[in-house]
Amino acid sequence: MNASNQEQAALIGGIYSNHLALEAALTDISSRNIGSIYCLGDLGAFGPHPDRIYPLLKAHSVKTLSGNYDDSLARNLPDCQCGYTDPRDNHFARLSYQYTYRNTSEENRSWLRTLPGEIRFELAGRKVLLCHGSPRRQNEFLWDSTTPDHFLEKFCDDYQADIIAVTHTGIKWKRRLPSGRLFVNVGVLGRPENDGSRRVWYAVLRGKKDRVTSEFIPVNYDAERLALEMREEELPEEFAETIESGWWTTCLEILPEKERRAGRY
Amino acid sequence: MTGHGNESRELAPAQELESLDELWFQVGGTLCNLSCNHCFISCHPGNDTFGFLSLETVRKYLRESEKLGVREYYFTGGEPFLNRDMMQILEETLSIGPATVLTNGTVFTPASIRRLRDISQASSYSLELRVSIDGYNPQTNDPIRGEGTFKQAIRGVRMLVQAGFLPIITIAQTWAEEDGPGVFDSFVETLKATGYERPRIKILPTLHLGMEEERTRPYSRSERISAEMMENYDSSQLLCSRGRTVTDRGVAVCPLLIEAPDAHLGETLEEADRAFRLSHGACHTCYVYGAICSNVGGWGVD
Repeated sequence: MNASNQEQAALIGGIYSNHLALEAALTDISSRNIGSIYCLGDLGAFGPHPDRIYPLLKAHSVKTLSGNYDDSLARNLPDCQCGYTDPRDNHFARLSYQYTYRNTSEENRSWLRTLPGEIRFELAGRKVLLCHGSPRRQNEFLWDSTTPDHFLEKFCDDYQADIIAVTHTGIKWKRRLPSGRLFVNVGVLGRPENDGSRRVWYAVLRGKKDRVTSEFIPVNYDAERLALEMREEELPEEFAETIESGWWTTCLEILPEKERRAGRY
Repeated sequence: MTGHGNESRELAPAQELESLDELWFQVGGTLCNLSCNHCFISCHPGNDTFGFLSLETVRKYLRESEKLGVREYYFTGGEPFLNRDMMQILEETLSIGPATVLTNGTVFTPASIRRLRDISQASSYSLELRVSIDGYNPQTNDPIRGEGTFKQAIRGVRMLVQAGFLPIITIAQTWAEEDGPGVFDSFVETLKATGYERPRIKILPTLHLGMEEERTRPYSRSERISAEMMENYDSSQLLCSRGRTVTDRGVAVCPLLIEAPDAHLGETLEEADRAFRLSHGACHTCYVYGAICSNVGGWGVD
């Protein structure tokens, strides 16, 4: 309780142009006396008006690393490098990327070029590594049900970290490893996590003595307004439906069995 | 004939094992209750070229795999569920990581489905079941996979779905390119009609090896990977950059090439951690379509 702000860090994942959820999360973080805010990448995608994200991040001094979307926009690539391999997933990924690319200013794209691929810092004497997908690959999907302990332990060894935090999949999870080290997928602010609820999530790391713990924080925001803006921008109806229902309607083929089974579609 | 002429081996580019992410087990050997006429390792009930893997053998490699940080485990054959140790193998595998089984879906019983469901529910890791079906009705499936196999496989899918599984229907593309979208839609329709409301479908290219070499054609000499082709290529698309396959004769480079002598790389996973020359026609298919064997990756209809 009452850890000083230097011993807490807020970690926000994929924003996907959800400026309303980002605003709500930043307000919530401000109320918690948290020293540092980190964003694990993917500012654009899915949602409306991508340029609304950048002033919010800057106003709150959010330390941001580059996700696959950011890298694609920064380098003017033809696709989002999301890592989907099924044509049905790629169809919607393409629509989303084309919209985001068209609506991201050159100024913001050039800011994206300045972002690092990973961020490291110490918390309570423990080495924290933040990255987008995995420490070795920006667009690697690390799902709870397909990521073994021994695989994560090897990441901690290879990349010399006591705590690794990622995003990219869109569903939060965490695991204390047998060695005592910690892995956290912080989830995303951009869209609900396929659980039938509209809320989105971020994570807080807390250091006390020489131990770091984590907590997931739910964020409620005006999802109806976001869905309205998405429709006004003529984004796919499937996307707006996800925001309103909390169930994923697209990009489902990448999900492993357990995560797919937990959803509706 | 196994189609493994590799006269160009010295010129072929070599691929290192970059990280051992996928460990495959040839747990069914080349033994199968079916005799599909496109099988790239010519499995049939009497083909014991490769035999079943024992529980002890699988355990030995699982132990080694933990030290190496393997990410996921795959089981193939032949038909894996003909191996009497299969349930125990899955149970032990799922205690340390996610598992995928490539099955023809025709040998399930109510009791084996219940056991699979229990094993899956007891693990925090995903158990994926990939059921091979090659046509959306008996008229299109059975000429390839054998008389009555469509009905049997659909029955297997129905049992899996009723037990709460979401099997990945794996289809070898034996139809003409232009028929693709229609075939895909027909599969969806067929699967929905069996009660599988949100079917997962993976379409694969055929491999011109084994029986398929005779059914259609062998690889041509031009279907080879050159050093030039590897420039700026994402080598993670090649299974040999991130996987190895355990057979009853040691560790092979990948599940496609187990019949090629040069594909056998050692007894242990550590020994098998060495470069492989991409000299085979099947390497070219893998190169073109990318990660065809893995759950994620491969090729579908756009």
